[in-house]
Amino acid sequence: MSTPASATLPHHTGFNLKEWILTTDHKRIGILYLIGSMAAFGVAGIMALLIRMEQAQVGAQLITDPTQYNRWLFFHGAVMILAFLIPGLTGFAANYFLPLMIGAKDVAFPRINAFSVWLFYFAIILALLSLVIPDGPDIMWTGYPPYSVTTMANTSFYVFTIHLLGFSSILGAINFLVTVIYMRAPGMGWNQLNMFVWTTVAAFVLQLVFIPVLAAAVTLLLFDKYLGTHFYDPSAGGDVLLYQNLFWFYSHPAVYVIFLPAVGILFEIIATMSKNRIFNYKIAVYGGIWGIIAIGGIVWVHHLYVAGMPDWLRLGMMVTTLLISVPVGLLVMSLWGTLYKGAITYNVAMMYAAACLYLVLVGGLTGIPLALPSLTLHLSDTSFVHAHFHFIMALFSAFALFGGIYYWFPKMTGRLADSKMAVVSFWCNFIGVNVTFWPLFIIGLEGMPRRYWNYEMFPQFQPYHEVATAGAFLIGIGMLLQFINFIYAAINGPIAEDNPWKSKSLEWTHCPNPPGPGNFPEDVVVDENWTPYNYNTD
Amino acid sequence: MRRLETTLSGIFLGTLGSAFVAASAFAEGTGADGSADGFPDPAAGWDHLWKEVLTDITVIGVVFMIAALYMLIKFRAKSPDQVGGGRKLTAAQAVAWALIPASLFMADDFFLAANGWTQWNVQRRVPANAMEIKVTGQQWYWSFEYPDGTETDQLVVPIGQPIVLRMSSDDVIHSFGMPAYRVTEDVMPGRITYIWFNPDKPMDTVVTCREFCGMNHSVMYTKVRAVPQKDYEAWLKKQAAAG
Ligand code: HEM
Ligand SMILES: [Cu+2]
Ligand SMILES: [Cu+2]
Repeated sequence: MSTPASATLPHHTGFNLKEWILTTDHKRIGILYLIGSMAAFGVAGIMALLIRMEQAQVGAQLITDPTQYNRWLFFHGAVMILAFLIPGLTGFAANYFLPLMIGAKDVAFPRINAFSVWLFYFAIILALLSLVIPDGPDIMWTGYPPYSVTTMANTSFYVFTIHLLGFSSILGAINFLVTVIYMRAPGMGWNQLNMFVWTTVAAFVLQLVFIPVLAAAVTLLLFDKYLGTHFYDPSAGGDVLLYQNLFWFYSHPAVYVIFLPAVGILFEIIATMSKNRIFNYKIAVYGGIWGIIAIGGIVWVHHLYVAGMPDWLRLGMMVTTLLISVPVGLLVMSLWGTLYKGAITYNVAMMYAAACLYLVLVGGLTGIPLALPSLTLHLSDTSFVHAHFHFIMALFSAFALFGGIYYWFPKMTGRLADSKMAVVSFWCNFIGVNVTFWPLFIIGLEGMPRRYWNYEMFPQFQPYHEVATAGAFLIGIGMLLQFINFIYAAINGPIAEDNPWKSKSLEWTHCPNPPGPGNFPEDVVVDENWTPYNYNTD
Repeated sequence: MRRLETTLSGIFLGTLGSAFVAASAFAEGTGADGSADGFPDPAAGWDHLWKEVLTDITVIGVVFMIAALYMLIKFRAKSPDQVGGGRKLTAAQAVAWALIPASLFMADDFFLAANGWTQWNVQRRVPANAMEIKVTGQQWYWSFEYPDGTETDQLVVPIGQPIVLRMSSDDVIHSFGMPAYRVTEDVMPGRITYIWFNPDKPMDTVVTCREFCGMNHSVMYTKVRAVPQKDYEAWLKKQAAAG
């Protein structure tokens, strides 16, 4: 296992825009996804600040027309999920690192990969356009009919955005599943894969199975609105709940598409930074990851607990939802166990990982009351729900993704990010999310509804909203510093060693920073004793 | 051999313990009952269940957080070349480390499910003497129809009697949320949904819309007043005369 000299590979020379746009190199495609998803995060983050400013006090603060607020909220939710986290975790992180981790020279279908990223950019452009067209969508990211059909707003923009992203994701899923099945380095067995590879494989399986259902749901919406069909119209024999069932049949698994790769990144950071093997690897993979996949498809009714579903079905899905705690618990045991007797070194990536251990507890445990229909009967669509899903999905995964960016920054750029600035922005973000979202748990319990720009019936909540808004601005400052740091360091940061964290994973041991075309100077072969985590041989 | 024995007995005890916790939860669940006037109060039941769940998740959260903090501090590397000392688990240890936590999690799940189930039955079983009021949601207001046919835009109910709301919508989906009584249920075109509650003391609160329903979703609210029977009758008479 030699550390390759960076000079032995043909390097990309200089910056050439055409080369980037027409690239079929999975690493450049990964970077394109990263840029797109971070741009999406930036714009959707500005929307979050506008939303929070509007909510800071009772009555109108910024808007003259509530529809304006509803469009911001639609954009924030839809873009954060569909254009930031899913493409950030799969399009960027899996694209760049999955082939490196399995010792492959590229993905199975590089041109299809390029096509996927183009579709993603078209989708982002469409999503951005929906902000500026005069009748932009105001239907929330869930787009429930009949409202989404009867509104004057242009629902089709959202539907086509979903089509493009869905198509892009399905192509990506096929591409990466084939890559993992057929292109692993000679000698690499299934039980030697990185945790990140396993979690993204699981996420791609979910995308492949469930996206078509979402596509069908929104296509019928389009038909109902523009072609006069009545799939969701009860006055003509349709069913309003059909949409919600189809939508959540996809969108619940979609939270695992976000959650699992984030867990995978955490495993990579924690194992590397504590120089330790994954605790109970096989159980984490086959019980934890695949356990989630096994049950994850039969819990969607927990999003419809107060939607008039039959009582027996609500109780049945209460049990399946609670049982998700078993595979998630196994993953948690493994994460915690990987710290045990570790030799932990701290840097910003590890700080983000440690923060994630806290975020996953807060977010996961507040899901337990929401798993009970009896408690959701009061909590449904309050800001308690809003705080819960931000902790478990939005913040946990965003923190894991940012931790991953710091972790892989030297790999992608050959340079190091400024650690002082990174630590400052970390603390802004970490304190900020607590200040923003804890108050929302409290007023949610008192009945503060979600998706409200005005809460004149509950003036007593105003101080909580003021605090939450201040917290959001702290996050805003943290993120701004972070992006400045990333951009500056990518161009001017100090040069990093080849394997600065002394990782044993192939992306660090077998290729230069950044890897050139073809990834590895020599073909990678591993033996049966190799694992990405064999720091000690006991 | 020793190791295998300890492992297996651990699994056995874990499973037994979880079965016991679950069984006692069911036993306790079936015994739970409510208020003095003969029917259980769903709002009090909600508060009780919430306290139980909150305790449960707080304990789990604190235990795991302390464990994480302890390890994050304790296992810092002493030198840059140090490697971790985590051992490879034997097959028996690996299985035990899966089955014991899994059975504990499951025991807790079943415990909560049993209590949730009991409370759910209270929430969904409408007492026979409940007074029925029809609710209609519209963009963007609520209307109420009383047993005598009177229609109003506020919900006024007599205390000391369970109230059941039969709800529907004239346009899009809304959701009828009354935090003071711990109930919410969606209100849809083409379907009738219900909730019931038990106003037991005079109180002025609000109902808000909890499902996004368009431009004025945030201001789709009205007053809910629980008043003594006599005041209720007088109020209803006045409304009927006005309407
Ligand atoms: C990091 C700072 C963030 C802040 C301050 C923030 C703030 C907010 C606010 C104020 C709302 C509206 C709540 C309401 O009135 O109901 C909201 C909704 C939402 N946010 Fe965030 N958010 C952040 C990050 C994220 C991220 C990273 C995601 C990624 C998935 C996300 C996903 C959502 C979703 C799905 C909604 C629901 C939209 C809807 O109701 O349709 N947010 N957020
Ligand atoms: Cu879900
Ligand atoms: Cu509404």
